[in-house]
Amino acid sequence: MLALIRKDLQIEFRTKETLAALLLLGLLTLVVLSFAFDPTSELRGEAAPGALWVAVIFAGVLGLNRSFLAERENDCLQGLLLCPVDRGTIYLAKTAGNFLFMIMAQVVIVPIFIFFFNLPVAVGLGGVFLSLALGLLGFAAIGTLFAAISVRTRAREVMLPLLLLPLAVPIFIAGVKVSGHMLAGKALAEVTPWLNLMGGFDVIFLVVGWLVFEYAVEE
Amino acid sequence: MRTLADAILPPVTLVVMLAAIYMVFVYVPTDKVQGIVQRIFYFHVPLAIMTFVAFGTVAVASALFLWRGRRASDRVAHAAAEVGMVFCTLVLITGPIWARPVWGTWWTWDARLTTTLILWLIYAAYLMLRSFSGAPDQGARYAAVLGVVGAVDIPIINRSVYWWRTIHPAVLITREGGSGLADPRMQATLGVCFLAFFLLFVWLTWVRNENMRLSDEVERLRQQALGHA
Amino acid sequence: MSAAVIETRALGRRFAGVTALHALDLTVGAGEAVAVFGPNGAGKSTLLRLLATLLRPSGGVLRLFERAVNDGGAAARRRVGFLSHQSFLYPDLTPTENLDFYARMFRVPQPPERVRALIERVGLTGWAHRPVRTLSRGLEQRCALARALVHEPELLLLDEPFTGLDVDASDMLSGMLRETHAKGTTLLMTTHDMARGFQVCRRAIVLARGRLVWDGSIAGMRPDDFERRYHELTQPPPGSALSPQPSALRTSS
Repeated sequence: MLALIRKDLQIEFRTKETLAALLLLGLLTLVVLSFAFDPTSELRGEAAPGALWVAVIFAGVLGLNRSFLAERENDCLQGLLLCPVDRGTIYLAKTAGNFLFMIMAQVVIVPIFIFFFNLPVAVGLGGVFLSLALGLLGFAAIGTLFAAISVRTRAREVMLPLLLLPLAVPIFIAGVKVSGHMLAGKALAEVTPWLNLMGGFDVIFLVVGWLVFEYAVEE
Repeated sequence: MRTLADAILPPVTLVVMLAAIYMVFVYVPTDKVQGIVQRIFYFHVPLAIMTFVAFGTVAVASALFLWRGRRASDRVAHAAAEVGMVFCTLVLITGPIWARPVWGTWWTWDARLTTTLILWLIYAAYLMLRSFSGAPDQGARYAAVLGVVGAVDIPIINRSVYWWRTIHPAVLITREGGSGLADPRMQATLGVCFLAFFLLFVWLTWVRNENMRLSDEVERLRQQALGHA
Repeated sequence: MSAAVIETRALGRRFAGVTALHALDLTVGAGEAVAVFGPNGAGKSTLLRLLATLLRPSGGVLRLFERAVNDGGAAARRRVGFLSHQSFLYPDLTPTENLDFYARMFRVPQPPERVRALIERVGLTGWAHRPVRTLSRGLEQRCALARALVHEPELLLLDEPFTGLDVDASDMLSGMLRETHAKGTTLLMTTHDMARGFQVCRRAIVLARGRLVWDGSIAGMRPDDFERRYHELTQPPPGSALSPQPSALRTSS
């Protein structure tokens, strides 16, 4: 399994395509959303966590698509399936890789977000990153599963958001709630139910994905 | 069993549905608080329940299909999904029609309504997945994956939206349904409507399933004639 | 009696109502080299993918290395190599990196040494550190062969490996396959190139419309004789909806 993750990281560091896509799209979305709100308006502060998560999710959907696009060239997915590994293991490795890429992108995006929305620096940042970590893990869990599926359908780019966004609603709601809470400087303990929800979501869908992945990749 | 279902289901469904319509429009008294619009409620609630029952059917059939691989399970899932989609659309249309005069808004983001909306999106994704897959075999399998994952997710979605709403002050405190059904005639009407829509669901799914089974059979015979089978 | 590497009984595979392979019985012993001929759509690729455990059978039994293949076939895959016309190589990585990856996935002991030896054996030493994307088709296929052999499989399955190769590259591949076979690896190869099939293999089977229609030794047979027989075997039955297709086979002159 480590070999798989290492391979994905190798490819990525050579081409940097996925990271670039994640970063640029995230940034673009933040910029566009900034235009949606009057810079002087108070609503801006309240809408900020939502804007962050919209950017994260939109960029994430594209990043996920790419992870399996790479396997389509030269039919590499078949090459993977020929190896004596469990399909579930392939799933976990791919999910881990996707998760890592998305988190890496956040390291750049979150500071820029703080910058654009004029939020007090370093307030609740730890909590925001925690929510991102938990949220993106769940997002990667269902995302990897459905990216493997949608890459083999005809409407590739359209299919993944269509599948993913409705299913990722709990993550989105929870993420926005926790981020908003933390950015307002309140205590982490107050949002424990949301963190539990995200954690539960992660565990449940990692298990479901692990069980079901073979149906998504074999014929 | 097949001919029995064909013979019994349509007339029984028709009779019960006619009874339901009669009861809704003639028999049951007008609600004092909400007025005549409240009659939609008798259609709306059973439709809503059946939508979720339909998705439950999709989920179970999908799981069976993935586990055992029998085409019959896949057809049931597909048929139930199509019927469920139609019902879901009707729920989302009748809901606002009821809500506007009664609550004053077209839409509220309460847990039930929002979950139904998301369910509609999942239904749409399910049907699109089937059409957009390269081969029907694959489409069936992918859709089954979605069916199972969706079913696991729906309760979580519901919970998360519910929590989301209760932190904000509720815009409308009125519960969506069930309040003020003191009159036994109302309860009876609701009961008959439940039965009517349940039968409708079963019958429509059955017909659609038969449709697909026959279509598969035709394809098999065609392949045989071409010398492949 | 040599051990059976492949043994199938009534192996079948359906796709959405179309039966690609009907009840196939096939036995391949250790050390054999078998060519699989047949027109397009006859089920050759399907058969190969079933044997590689990339597909699950719709019916029948498959035994590899005398053991029934179930639970996904991971154990069998350790001993099977697969070479297709798609290389299964990551275009952005170098041959060395690709082979290293596959070596680790197959748990080959001491991957760096093995990779180096393989690269030398297939003659890729000069290109070992350039991305696969930059290699010509012939070189890419050589690397793909290295990939298929990285774990020293006892059975090598080849699906139209000569597709898109020029004469020199084909000659080289043919030579390497014979070398591999001489070392004791069992080969099973589908191909449209009858001459190459005769070069590499001693036994041939013919598939038509998902059924096995011929199975026998071709050692010492003349390709033209065989081609005549092949055409007879693969004509569509009279009165069916299919019209005769021009043969896709070619023999070297």
